[in-house]
Amino acid sequence: MLMPDTDPGLIARRGDIVAALRRIVPGEGVIHAPSELRAYECDALTAYTTQPLAVVLPQTVPHVAAIMAYCSSLGLKVVPRGAGTSLSGGALPLGDGIVLGLGKFNRILDIDYENRCVVTQPGVTNLAISQAVEARGFYYAPDPSSQVACSIGGNVAENSGGIHCLKYGMTTNNLLGCELVLTSGEIVRLGGKAMDPGGLDLLGIVTGSEGLLGVVTEVTVRILQRPQTQRALLLGFPTVRAGSVCVAAIIGAGIIPAGMEMMDKVSIHATEAFVAAGYPLDVEALLIVEVDGLPAEVDVLIERIEAIARASGACSSRASGSESERLRFWAGRRAAFPAIGRLAADYYCVDGTIPRRALPEMVEYMAKLSEHYQLRVANVFHAGDGNLHPLICYDANIPGGLEKAEAFGADILKRCVEVGGVLTGEHGVGVEKRDLMEVQFTQTDLDQQQRLKCAFDAEGLLNPGKVFPKLCRCAELGRVHVHAGQTRFPDLLRL
Amino acid sequence: MGAYHQPADETQLAELIRSAGAARTGLEVIGQGSRRHLGRFTEVESVLDVSALSGVLVYEPEELVLSARAATPLAEIQTLLAAKGQHLAFEPPDLGPLWGAPAGRGTLAGAISVGLGGSRRMSAGAPRDHFLGFRAVNGFGEAFAGGGRVVKNVTGFDLPKLLAGAYGTLGVLTEVTLKVLPAPEDTRTLALLAQQDETGLALLRKALSGAVPVTGAAHLPAEVLARFEALPRALVGASATLLRLEGPRAATSAYAAALRVALETPTTPLVELEQQPSLALWRQISDARCYAGSAQPLWRLSIPPLHAATLGAALRAAGAQQLYYDWGGGLLWLEGPAGEDGGASTIRSLLKTHAGQGHATLVRATSAVRANTEPFEPQPAALQALGERVRAQFDPLGILNPQRMYGRAA
Repeated sequence: MLMPDTDPGLIARRGDIVAALRRIVPGEGVIHAPSELRAYECDALTAYTTQPLAVVLPQTVPHVAAIMAYCSSLGLKVVPRGAGTSLSGGALPLGDGIVLGLGKFNRILDIDYENRCVVTQPGVTNLAISQAVEARGFYYAPDPSSQVACSIGGNVAENSGGIHCLKYGMTTNNLLGCELVLTSGEIVRLGGKAMDPGGLDLLGIVTGSEGLLGVVTEVTVRILQRPQTQRALLLGFPTVRAGSVCVAAIIGAGIIPAGMEMMDKVSIHATEAFVAAGYPLDVEALLIVEVDGLPAEVDVLIERIEAIARASGACSSRASGSESERLRFWAGRRAAFPAIGRLAADYYCVDGTIPRRALPEMVEYMAKLSEHYQLRVANVFHAGDGNLHPLICYDANIPGGLEKAEAFGADILKRCVEVGGVLTGEHGVGVEKRDLMEVQFTQTDLDQQQRLKCAFDAEGLLNPGKVFPKLCRCAELGRVHVHAGQTRFPDLLRL
Repeated sequence: MGAYHQPADETQLAELIRSAGAARTGLEVIGQGSRRHLGRFTEVESVLDVSALSGVLVYEPEELVLSARAATPLAEIQTLLAAKGQHLAFEPPDLGPLWGAPAGRGTLAGAISVGLGGSRRMSAGAPRDHFLGFRAVNGFGEAFAGGGRVVKNVTGFDLPKLLAGAYGTLGVLTEVTLKVLPAPEDTRTLALLAQQDETGLALLRKALSGAVPVTGAAHLPAEVLARFEALPRALVGASATLLRLEGPRAATSAYAAALRVALETPTTPLVELEQQPSLALWRQISDARCYAGSAQPLWRLSIPPLHAATLGAALRAAGAQQLYYDWGGGLLWLEGPAGEDGGASTIRSLLKTHAGQGHATLVRATSAVRANTEPFEPQPAALQALGERVRAQFDPLGILNPQRMYGRAA
């Protein structure tokens, strides 16, 4: 993975930098011993590691502002980090930059039931927000599978999803406001407790910006009342195609389930061996469909979905009759990653989205690739929204093993784009999919996105080397375009 | 000067924008012009009429996705969706009649560019939440794309969010892809009668904090209801605190029953409205239709819901009229008090005092008032500067709907 050139001048000044950061954040808030830096050398994409110059763990917003202003004055790069659970290398450090960790921003600031929102510091975990409001029956809807560990600030940076985002939306649809520190050290508030922010929707663009636009220091999220009833259906199909037909038919019938997950045969067998959830083993595809709401609605929907499943050729169908049975249906799906992890030394998790109708064709294509690369692949899908998570099994100890798995993953993602989908549904681009961005976007598209970054971070100090395959200087991006020998906007640079 | 351009396609559009850039000519971008009076009052030399960029490109009901050229009439899209039992869940308000235009006009890109959601915004989101992807031409005259055509996508910056509600100042949309959703089978309304603002709004908040999915929550004082068309007899003469329930036919009456229990209001007079009267009522609430035919300055306030009644009382005391609440108190519509600025300074100062956060938008006013008033809430300097830097990265010469949102006065 090619990262931006390191600046030996900055590396040589490491001692000064550490001292200066210590003046801003005293005591243990600055980490620079190599043994302690090791904990920060990667995120959950462990294939890539780099030791940063230092890690700084500010405790207050003025700390963050002062750190950003200092880094800006020095031209020092900053990689923001939440809990470090990114699957795309969003928090991979730079050798000549610092990591700015938000782990000490771990307090919920305001639980406002009347306005149905929570104001929190960014280092609070996703699950902790739901736990803080559960006594009054509320929860925070987005539920990424890492919700025990991932931070809400990281969720904002990645626009995290989860199993239930089919009905309840991603982070961006559940966020009301945030406080953002820019590279200049300026602090701006975007949105708040009101539903529509005034002016340009900068909150919308910061969400999912993977730490390239600013450092989020406070977050306001919407909370919802937990549905009274949740019921799930476990549906087995003789082919992936039949399962896909069923998914399309459910949506076509006007039903948006709370979650709709599919597993292929490899995943079914792996999870059944791991947690014994009671999944049928004689099927090629398994669907878990969950509906929620008041019992009156839920029971009607369960009946309708059962009928649709029968018509789509389901060979087994079971509706949860109790909460414990519902949880058992999910136990296998929730354990899918570790279960598949037992099939091989390592696995590589891919994350693309396709139009749902392309699912059978995609599964056939992956089977061919599996043969070509001689690597096993297991599939779990967020079938309701076409988000694929193929898990490619490989052995990192075999030379070239990782590269082969990555090539397999890249082939899958390229095909996702070819069939009308996108490179990433919820894990982010990071470093992992950076070099594939040109498959989905033209250079003009990417230039416009990079120009947007210039409005927030003119020096390009925030998380460079992520998301965009080519680093461009802001001055170059704004430069006169020459077409057919004519200079357009000749005085643009003087504006 | 005064040129009127009507490009036939994206290529011509890009060429026109490049020429306008070279000549430093500002362009007013319009589709059908139904939302032309929203935003800042500016005099722009030339009109860029994109209405020829019309037509649905792809509609896949089972993918919940629709792509259309930007100026496709909204009515055409709504008819197409309705035939498949789907709809635009953000319930775009039809505001044309507020300026004396006929109802039912407007384009898809227009609805997205003003970023407004109707009564269901509270539960289903605004246009931004349903806007998956686009093609557009920026102020450099470059055609570019953002987002995608699938509902779950985090690839690159989420440009659709930024273009929704940008009033065409960042780029001229040429194609739009939206997430569409199943329309509810049934709609029912629980109307609690004769409540004061404060008790009515408290009931709305209580309902919204419960387990019954409520997709509309409005409190309408009697004088506002008096302006409604085809008002059910039961709602005549008193205020109405309205809760909309949507879902399968078999479920909505159970919702209503559960909600009545949850609200613990055995003695409160109430009525239940069925599908047809409910649809007619909520359409008028979303569209602020009761203000059509008047010339009073019209304001739309977005605030944290808890403070709605206090703010409403203060605004009435200051001369505001015909005030009603939507989004469970998160949205206030009102006719402003008299004054050269349409009541802007009074309204904004009361909003700050009583709600703390939020913003007030001047939706309609005479040209004299518009010339004196910022329609959008003034922003803190750092935020406004950031917004202007963003705009400059899309349209450095300021030729697309110049100063329609913020900037130097015209």
